[in-house]
Amino acid sequence: MQPTPNTRSTEPTTGPGPQPAPAAGLPALAWLRAAGPLIALVLLCIAGALLNPDFATVDNLMNVLTRTAFIGIIAVGMTFVIVSGGIDLSVGSMAALIAGAMIVAMNALATGANPPGAAPMIVAGIALALACGAVFGIAHGLLVTHGRIEPFIVTLGSLGIFRAVLTWLSDGGALTLDFNLAEAYSPVYYQSVLGIPIPVWVFALVAFGGTVILNRTAYGQHVQAIGSNEQVARYAAIRVDRAKVLTYLLLGVCVAIATVLYVPRLGSATPTTGILWELEAIAAVVVGGTSLRGGAGRVMGTVVGAILLSVIGNILNLTSIISVHLNPAVQGVVIIAVAYLQRSRR
Amino acid sequence: MTVFIEKGNSMRFSNTLPARIALACALAAGLGTSHAAAPANVTLGVAIPTATHGFTGGIVWWANQAKKELEAANPGLKVIVKTAASTPEQANQVQDLLVVNKMNALVILPLESASLTQPVSQVKNKGVYVTVVDRGLTNPAAQNAYVAGDNSAFGRLPAEYLARRLGGKGNIVVLRGMPSTIDNERVNAFNAEIKKYPGIKVLDAKYGNWNRDDAFKVTQDYLTRFKGIDAVWAADDDMAIGVLKAIEQAKRTDIKEVFGGAGAKFAVKKVMDGDRLVQADVSYSPKFIYDAIKMTANARLKGEALPARTIIPSVLITRDNARQFYFPESPY
Repeated sequence: MQPTPNTRSTEPTTGPGPQPAPAAGLPALAWLRAAGPLIALVLLCIAGALLNPDFATVDNLMNVLTRTAFIGIIAVGMTFVIVSGGIDLSVGSMAALIAGAMIVAMNALATGANPPGAAPMIVAGIALALACGAVFGIAHGLLVTHGRIEPFIVTLGSLGIFRAVLTWLSDGGALTLDFNLAEAYSPVYYQSVLGIPIPVWVFALVAFGGTVILNRTAYGQHVQAIGSNEQVARYAAIRVDRAKVLTYLLLGVCVAIATVLYVPRLGSATPTTGILWELEAIAAVVVGGTSLRGGAGRVMGTVVGAILLSVIGNILNLTSIISVHLNPAVQGVVIIAVAYLQRSRR
Repeated sequence: MTVFIEKGNSMRFSNTLPARIALACALAAGLGTSHAAAPANVTLGVAIPTATHGFTGGIVWWANQAKKELEAANPGLKVIVKTAASTPEQANQVQDLLVVNKMNALVILPLESASLTQPVSQVKNKGVYVTVVDRGLTNPAAQNAYVAGDNSAFGRLPAEYLARRLGGKGNIVVLRGMPSTIDNERVNAFNAEIKKYPGIKVLDAKYGNWNRDDAFKVTQDYLTRFKGIDAVWAADDDMAIGVLKAIEQAKRTDIKEVFGGAGAKFAVKKVMDGDRLVQADVSYSPKFIYDAIKMTANARLKGEALPARTIIPSVLITRDNARQFYFPESPY
């Protein structure tokens, strides 16, 4: 499939909202397939509201969107990597290590000789997180392009490295943010602006930015072209290596943004932090209609996919019609059903 | 990260836990003979899980603590600690400990009961003295001694406590760990005890995977779903952290108690400090690996055997006795 960066970008919708209008020239059938995940999400929400009236409350909706933010933001970055034909298995461990590094650095500042105020320390922590994410991303990208190692292996290796370093930093236990700092930092997760929690705003911004970059810029077209056919992209004078490194860099920064929102939630990092986030992020991307083989993808599909995955968990928690032992089976059935709805795009 | 160990830690061990009299006696006897003439050479292999969460982090720390203290006290003793992330890895380590390190005693916390029974049984047949900790093997003949925490008290004590605390009447929500025999044993004991109080209703029990983040989500959804909750049995101190944050976020004031479990240092600290929601805990300390290593080493140095079964009691921790369960240097 040729890259078709002509999907009209609309307002970022982080919930069951209006579907982007079908762009001119896109066949109706393709549009239906593209809307598959959204239709599934709407159906799931109706089912949720019928099973438990509390599901359809604003508070519950905000809970779900806020907890989706971590995976959702990472999944937006993951969309770029997967569209370009790559994969990143390390994101969960990377998030955990960045969280740990932030906490260690901020605690060191707080207990240092001349502790600055809480705000500068938090800003320093955030800057460190973004820097770490960017460096890790670039390292992945360079190993994949210049090192010519399969991305699966590169990121499987770094998955182990990141988590091991965190476990070592925390001595196997938990790294906990200084109490006063945690208090000062917690609004970043718990505070709302205009009735919408900050993580949801950030998620919306990242999704909007991702949509624009993937569909509206030359770089986005290059990424899609590389995933479609790397050889042809090279012949078309696209700087393939540079574009690929940039996808990993983008993902690294997305992981860092997610971590910046994650740390104020519990104020701690443990060796279980971010466990299996990579699978959830990849599942969100694929459920959202991006092929694992790369080439084409939609950021908004990924957003819907991420919300879908957490809505399933939320509905299962709000009801007790089946044995808790069967919950993962329900998740599996829904994921396969959604994938079926938007199948055979290639 | 370097951990600085307070001097005299081994002395503190023997007098801080009155509940563990049997253990303390065994240890005191062991300390008494540690400077006896020409101790036998003992190479003790220790096979434990890698630190994947707070509790196993504690296991690794306490095992190394025991190694440090024992090797300093007994020149003829060598303790080799191996951590494994998977069952096959642990089985290989057990083999290596025998073939490469020539161990003659093994303390093992099996990652899984069934699949490690055979490898352990093989080394026992070659004359290695085997102490199994926490998770029993499927064939008890594969072990010389078994040391474990009390999982049924881990469930029963919180049920008793919460029933008393709520005056025999109220709604409780439960978080479970991961689907496993340990979790079943605890939850069954909790349910059996709570059934004695007809005024207490368990609204639901969902898995939080012994993980702070999952517990946070499950609790958020409990709070959405149930408007009146009197107490939460979080069944684990790590999960209790997520529970407390979710309650704080929802600004709910109906909940009177959040009961964790295992006696992690931050939870014991809350009990000591008189937290509004965390007023009690139940001990299930990773320190049992330390006890098991010390008991095995000291018994083997004297050529003695351990009792076939040692159950380290789970004790209710309240403000009165919390100080005895507070180990600030341990990561857990």
